[in-house]
Amino acid sequence: MKRQIPLLLTFFAGAIPIFAFFVPEKHVGLVSTTLDSWLIIVAGFALLLGVVNVVQMNANKIKRQAQGWPYAIILLAGLAIMGFFGFAGSFNVFGGIATRPDGSSTPFDWLYKYGFLPLQGTMFALLAFFMASASYRAFRARNTEATILLFAALIVMFGRIPFGEMVSKWFPLATEWIMGKPSMAAQRGIMIGAALGAASMALRVILGIERSYLGLGKGE
Amino acid sequence: MRNSVHLAKRFSVCWLCLTLVLMLSSARVQGQTAQTEPAGNSIPEPAPPVAGAVTASDTKSDEGGSITVKWTEPAGSKEMGLEYEVLRSDKQDGAYVPVGELSAGDSEYADTGLTDGQAYYYKVRSILGAVSADSEPSQAAFSKGNFFRFYRLNALVLLAVFSSAVLYYITRARKAKPIYIRKIAGLDAVDEAVGRATEMGKKMLYIPGIMSVDEIQTIASLAILGHIAKLSATYNADLEVPNKDPLTFAAARETVKEAYLEAGRPDLFREEMVNYVTYDQFAYTASVTGKMVRERPATNFLIGSFYAESLLLAETGQAIGAIQISGTAEVAQLPFFVVACDYTLIGEELYAASAYLSREPVLLGSIKGQDITKFLLIVALGLGVVLESIGIKFMATAFKMQ
Repeated sequence: MKRQIPLLLTFFAGAIPIFAFFVPEKHVGLVSTTLDSWLIIVAGFALLLGVVNVVQMNANKIKRQAQGWPYAIILLAGLAIMGFFGFAGSFNVFGGIATRPDGSSTPFDWLYKYGFLPLQGTMFALLAFFMASASYRAFRARNTEATILLFAALIVMFGRIPFGEMVSKWFPLATEWIMGKPSMAAQRGIMIGAALGAASMALRVILGIERSYLGLGKGE
Repeated sequence: MRNSVHLAKRFSVCWLCLTLVLMLSSARVQGQTAQTEPAGNSIPEPAPPVAGAVTASDTKSDEGGSITVKWTEPAGSKEMGLEYEVLRSDKQDGAYVPVGELSAGDSEYADTGLTDGQAYYYKVRSILGAVSADSEPSQAAFSKGNFFRFYRLNALVLLAVFSSAVLYYITRARKAKPIYIRKIAGLDAVDEAVGRATEMGKKMLYIPGIMSVDEIQTIASLAILGHIAKLSATYNADLEVPNKDPLTFAAARETVKEAYLEAGRPDLFREEMVNYVTYDQFAYTASVTGKMVRERPATNFLIGSFYAESLLLAETGQAIGAIQISGTAEVAQLPFFVVACDYTLIGEELYAASAYLSREPVLLGSIKGQDITKFLLIVALGLGVVLESIGIKFMATAFKMQ
């Protein structure tokens, strides 16, 4: 029974949206949208579970003085400070969580703008350097395929910058052709295959044939 | 000093009075002009042409509460810049209220929010500048709910063909007929990757993407995680699964726990093996890359749905010399994984992974069914290209999805 109930629930949760896709009847649509709302509620509870896990894990790390435990203190302090101002702000203490009517920042807004966003931006900016190192490795002409890739990449890079157009008007045209024809064809091939794979996976999950995501193996 | 202040005050009062008088006289002159203008253009504007053949009927393939109004546009409506207003009443000779506004070129309007079974009448008002003309009212129309979206019939047929192929090959597989599946290098390397981590006595990181369990790639990733966790339990390897999404975290924990139980080693399972990091994409990336640099895992699995963090994670893993197996169906992220990882599961290989790893005939059967549908789609694509080239539009219409 412990194994049958999750499979039964999966069947209904998977079959109802498919049914609603084809049947416009009001009640079917209502059940489908209600299921979506339930997902948000369940996610809310799961988030609480996640926060508890973060606190437990990092508190244990500090207690055991495990490798990198000072970072755990910073993490918990960040969680407590942001959590406090966010929670208090939601009850309109300190002027809420957004900007005040006079344009000044509430504590939560200030922490978000001047603490969180710059850190987030820094991580995103690192992408440029990682992209450069990855490109350097990818574009080494080790064999025929890699050499073709190198030439295609050079043409696309020249076609995407004003300098390329200045050198020759053919660069943007060749770039457009590479991106619109061979690259697009390959991407669509992958997308069609992936879409069929996803549909097949969904069918296996709905029918209870695929159970490994539940930790249930063969013969269960 | 006092005199000069008095003088200044008097001057200001006089200036104000003068300004007021000038403004009032100017307004009077403008008013006279505005009133006299129509007298100057006394030729009445011509009435706009009336919309013809106004019909109203239930909107097809909907859940009810909607009526579609159609009409014939008068000739030259676009050149004239004609506009329309759709009017509704519950009595043919009753008061009509406007429900929608359209411009020339439109000859159809779906009125929504109606009560099923009640009679509604419609008129279409043609508007040209300041003048308008109403059409004859339509016949009574009633809205009702429908039981099938006929415009999605093609999707249903495709789904039926696909499901039949998958179910047929599953049944065939159940009868123990061997099914061939090509080698997938990335999946063959899973055993080697787990073994390497065990031999080195180092950690394995399994990153299940950043999306929730309503994303099918995450489900596929959890299925692969089940197999890897079972191997990890068998070899007594150190597995860690950091999560970004709370629902994925809860599901991943159950998957790993059950896998350890199934492998007969529930004693090796620790709660902290599957942990939650944060809901923010880049904070999660910072945490996982930091873990990679500090703890130097022997193996990284990056399998699921990834976005901008894909290259940050994969390049950091590459830099620390970990063996990396990745898999995603996000086309934009695939080049990053191909460049930075040792093995990459591309698109459909991600969904086939669970069947491939388990070698269960029933699951392999579904892959065969999927391949048959893919073959049929390739044939349809080829046929479509030929037919479109010779001017037959049938295929493009038949496969149009709404």
